[in-house]
Parts: sequence; C-alpha cells; structure tokens
Amino acid sequence: MKLDDNKLTPSAAGAGAGTGAEAVPDAALYADEDADAELLDDDGIFDHLKSMLRKNKLAAFSLLVILIFAGAAALAPLIAPYNPNTPVLSERFAPPSLAHWLGCDELGRDAFSRLLYGTRVSMMIGLVPTTISMVFGTLLGLFAGYYGGKVDFTIMRFADIVLAFPSLLLAMVVMYTLGGSLMNIFIALSIVKWAGTARVIRAQTMSLKEKEFVEAARSMGVKRWVIMFRHILPNCIPNLIVLFTLNIPESILSESSLSFLGIGAQPPSTSWGLMVYRSKSYLFSQPWLAIAPGVVILIFVLAFNFLGDGVRDAMDPYLKD
Amino acid sequence: MARYVLKRVLISIPVLVGVALILFLLLNVVPGDPVTMMMREHIKPDLIEIFRERMGLNDPVLVRFGKYMLNALHGDFGMSYKLRRDISELIFQAFPQTIKLTIYAALVAWCIGIPAGIISAIKQNTLIDRSFMAFSLMGVSLPVFWAGLLMQYVFAFKLSLLPVSGYYSIRHYIMPSIVLGWSSAGSIARMTRSNLLEIMKNDFIRTARAKGLKETSVILGHALKNAMLPVVTMMAIQVSGLLGGAVMTESIFGVPGLGVLAIDGIRYRDMPLLQGTILFTTVIVIAGNLIADLLYSVLDPRIRYE
Repeated sequence: MKLDDNKLTPSAAGAGAGTGAEAVPDAALYADEDADAELLDDDGIFDHLKSMLRKNKLAAFSLLVILIFAGAAALAPLIAPYNPNTPVLSERFAPPSLAHWLGCDELGRDAFSRLLYGTRVSMMIGLVPTTISMVFGTLLGLFAGYYGGKVDFTIMRFADIVLAFPSLLLAMVVMYTLGGSLMNIFIALSIVKWAGTARVIRAQTMSLKEKEFVEAARSMGVKRWVIMFRHILPNCIPNLIVLFTLNIPESILSESSLSFLGIGAQPPSTSWGLMVYRSKSYLFSQPWLAIAPGVVILIFVLAFNFLGDGVRDAMDPYLKD
Repeated sequence: MARYVLKRVLISIPVLVGVALILFLLLNVVPGDPVTMMMREHIKPDLIEIFRERMGLNDPVLVRFGKYMLNALHGDFGMSYKLRRDISELIFQAFPQTIKLTIYAALVAWCIGIPAGIISAIKQNTLIDRSFMAFSLMGVSLPVFWAGLLMQYVFAFKLSLLPVSGYYSIRHYIMPSIVLGWSSAGSIARMTRSNLLEIMKNDFIRTARAKGLKETSVILGHALKNAMLPVVTMMAIQVSGLLGGAVMTESIFGVPGLGVLAIDGIRYRDMPLLQGTILFTTVIVIAGNLIADLLYSVLDPRIRYE
C-alpha cells in the first residue's frame, strides 16, 4: 500500500518516507532534554511561517488577497451597493456601467452585490467542510495509527473505499441522496474529504509511535489518550496546517462544480458556481455575467494554492521528519 | 512478481465490493418511492404494491444488494426509470466518447506537462521556472466549467474556429480535451520538475558531468530516464482521474459520455441509471489505479513487494 500513500499528496509522501527513518538529530536532542517534550514547539512553526511570508512575496500577497476577500465577506452588507436579491426588471441584462459595475443578471439583480454575498458562501464552503472533514480525519487517523490491528484495518479499509471513488462523483451521489442545499454540500464534502487526512495522519502516527519520547511516556504510565492527544497530535500540526491550506481551495472548487451542475447551492442563495451556471444560457449575449464570477473563483482559489505552496515549503523541515 | 500481482488484485476486490455497497446504501435510502417516481401520480395503491413486489423492492436491503451485484457481474445494471432502456446498453453507448475524451486530454496533459517540467528543472529558480510553476498552479486552480465556457466564447463564438459542442469529429474534441487536460498538465509538470531535481543530486549525475558530457545530455540521457518512473505511474493515475473529471467537461461541451449519463440520472432522479454509471466509472478508475501500481513495480524493480 506504500504507493497509495505516495500518490496522495506530497506531504503524505513525506510522512510515508519518514516511517522507517532514524530520528533527525534535532528531534533526538529535544527528546533527550525532557521525556515530556514534543519534537516541535508551536513557536517554531509560526516562526517558520512568518519568515516564509517575508521571503515568499507571492505567498504574502496571496494572504493579503485572502484577507481582502475575508473582509469583503464580513462587510458585504455594508459594501454592497444594492440588495443582492432584489430584482429590478427594468435593469435586466444591464451591461456593466458606473451604476452597476458588473452589470445585472437575468432578473435585474446587481451582479457585483451578488458576487460580494457569494464571497460569504465560498468562505464558509472553504472553512466548514474542511474543518469538519479534518477533525474526523485526524481522529480516525490517530486511532488507526495508534491502536493498529483491527481498528486500523476497519478504519483504513473504509478510507480506501471512499478514496476509490472519483471525489466529484461521490459528492454528486451524496447530493442526490440529500438534495441540493448549502448545508448538504457541507455534509457531502466532509464525507468525501476525511479519508485523505486520515491516511496522512495515520502514517505519521505510526512513525511517531515508535519514537523514544512516546516510548518514554508509555513507560511512565501515561494514559493512551494523553499520549495520543498531548504527545502525538501536536507533532502532526505541520502536516495538518499544510493539508488545511490545500483542502480549502479544493472544497471551494468542488462546491462551484456541484453548483454549476445544478445540484449544489439552490436559488435564492448565491454562490459563485451557481452564478456561472445561471449565466451559462446568456454566454454569447451577456458574457460578463459568466466571466466575473469565474475570475473571482480563479483568484480566490489561486491565492489559497499559492499560500498553500509557501506553507508547504515552510513546513518542509517538519514534514521530512 | 506473480504473487505480488495476485495480492494486489485480491486486495482490490473488497474495495470494489465496499464501493458498490456504499453506493447502493447511499442511493437506496433516498426518500421517495421509485414506483411512484416511474408512474407519476394517480395510480392505485394496490398497483404500486404489485410493482414493488415485482421489482423486488420489498426485499431486505442486503438481499437487494446481493441481487444487484449478481446481475451487475453479468453486465446487467437494470432498467432506467426514465429512459426505459437497459442501463448497460446506455453505458456502452456513452463509454467510447468518455474514453476518447480522456485519452485526448491525457495526450494534451503529457505534451504540455512533461516538457514544461523538464524546462523548469533545467532553469531552476529562474523567471522561466517560476512562471511555469505559477502557470501550473493556475491549471489546478482554474474552475473547469468556467474555462470551458470561456473557450466556447472565444474560439467558437468570437473567432468561429471550432464547433461549440458535439462529438462528431476530432475538431469537436479539441476544446474539451484542452480544458480537461490542462489541470493534469500542471501536476505532471510539477512532478517531473521535482523528480528531475531530486535525481540531479545523485552521484552518477556528478560522474556524468565529470566525464565532460554536455549538460543537455546529462539531463536527457541520464537524469530523465530515472526521473520519469514516478511520472509514468502518475500518468496512469491521471488517466483514471480524468475519467472521473470528465463529468464537467462533457456537460459543458455536450459530449454524451458517462458524465452526462450520471448527470441525467441525477436530474431525472433516475436512481438505477446513476448507480450503474457511477459504479461502472468507479470500477474503471480502480482498475486504472491498480494497473498504475503494477506498472510502477514492473518498471522499477527496486520496489519491494513486502
């Protein structure tokens, strides 16, 4: 199953490669100092991230872009020039102008205001399913890796099955069963995404379990739960940070794909994918209606990917462990 | 080797059964009675009961699953509620389009991805490298459906170079293949680059350079051969990934493949159609991944088979 681990994500490959490796000198040093000490401390991680942001201009800029989007999402009711849901029939298909920066849609609703409100949806889609799936993935990965045996077998076969599906298709099936709505997208994406996290965390737990500091804790009679959550979990944080930043753009793209197929967010709620879907029919007469939301998705997802790339580089020394 | 192959094949059987079971459970807990779906309103309740019995809907779920699997193994995925046709027939009509699209897209991905990765590695940390890598991230970040619409607008509508949609000739496949292949091109480029850079640290590369070989022949003759191994397997995985990703592309460009069939299944709430299509696609994807794994161990004898 080694190959499966490797193709998942670069970070997974890193964790897999560490399975049989000797402890790096740095880590051994920490472990010697104090049996309770973790391999890494949180300050170190944030220092790495900060210095990455100083050096990697693209990642820093991406973070700025994300913060702007977050601000727009938070302040949407204040910034939006119009109510995103009020149709003004006389303004139907109004081209972009000073009054309507991005024109109006087929019902005469201001496209710019709708985009702004769509930012809220995408922010939520990026954060909520990613968080849910990662919490479950981390817990299951920890249990599987730490307990091994039957627990491991059951959890990981389940993960294998979920990962065997092309993720969009599985999400489509879940949406079929649950029906299209934002809430159900959260559920669908969480169901699809937990397995990847579980696999990475399991691999890392298995290698950490063999380290001296865990053995020391165990020999001192520290309880299993404490070992798992106080000793092993903190050492998975670098991996989790990388997975988190890279899972967010994936979730956003999945949501927009589902919404574009008409089985995601349903009107009257707004979503960028839904906006592209609705404007598809007017592509050749009012192309701006389809172009604007697409550009926004691209910029938003790209910013997360650039940032994620930088974060992965910054976490590299930890991941190699 | 034979034992390893056998073992890998045997491992995938429970996964296949699990996939089918999960799919079955997900789709059969759906609220709403399939018989009323099929017959619309105003039918007598006793008639519904007769049909339920005849369709085997009154059996326990696991019995129904067993029956479904037995039939599926014989190539029978049941009857579509909406289209009233054999689903296996529909699948076999749709499959060639999807396979064609997938292969063309894979070609696009390799033809762009591999050279881009090589150039990036050679010119590591230069402007070319950075822009190639930024470009490849853009490929991953681009919403496929939007790229498709944009291409339709520019190349079909504004420039009238290509047909908007359809599947009648190779020209119809140009835009869908590029749209679908683009994102894979990005990941192939990244993988080629990082593998090549990793290999370049090896002793035999230093030796080759010390012999006085030109840098191009060091890279193309010595390094590339070794760097391509993981990329080859990744290609196989990509093909199966593309197969899954074809859904969006097909729906935009009106290619009547498996993806469109699945979307029809959702749109018409045609459960057997959706189930059959997704099961078939997933089985193909699993088979693709299996072949990729096996290919890797054949190409690289250093892989140990536990």
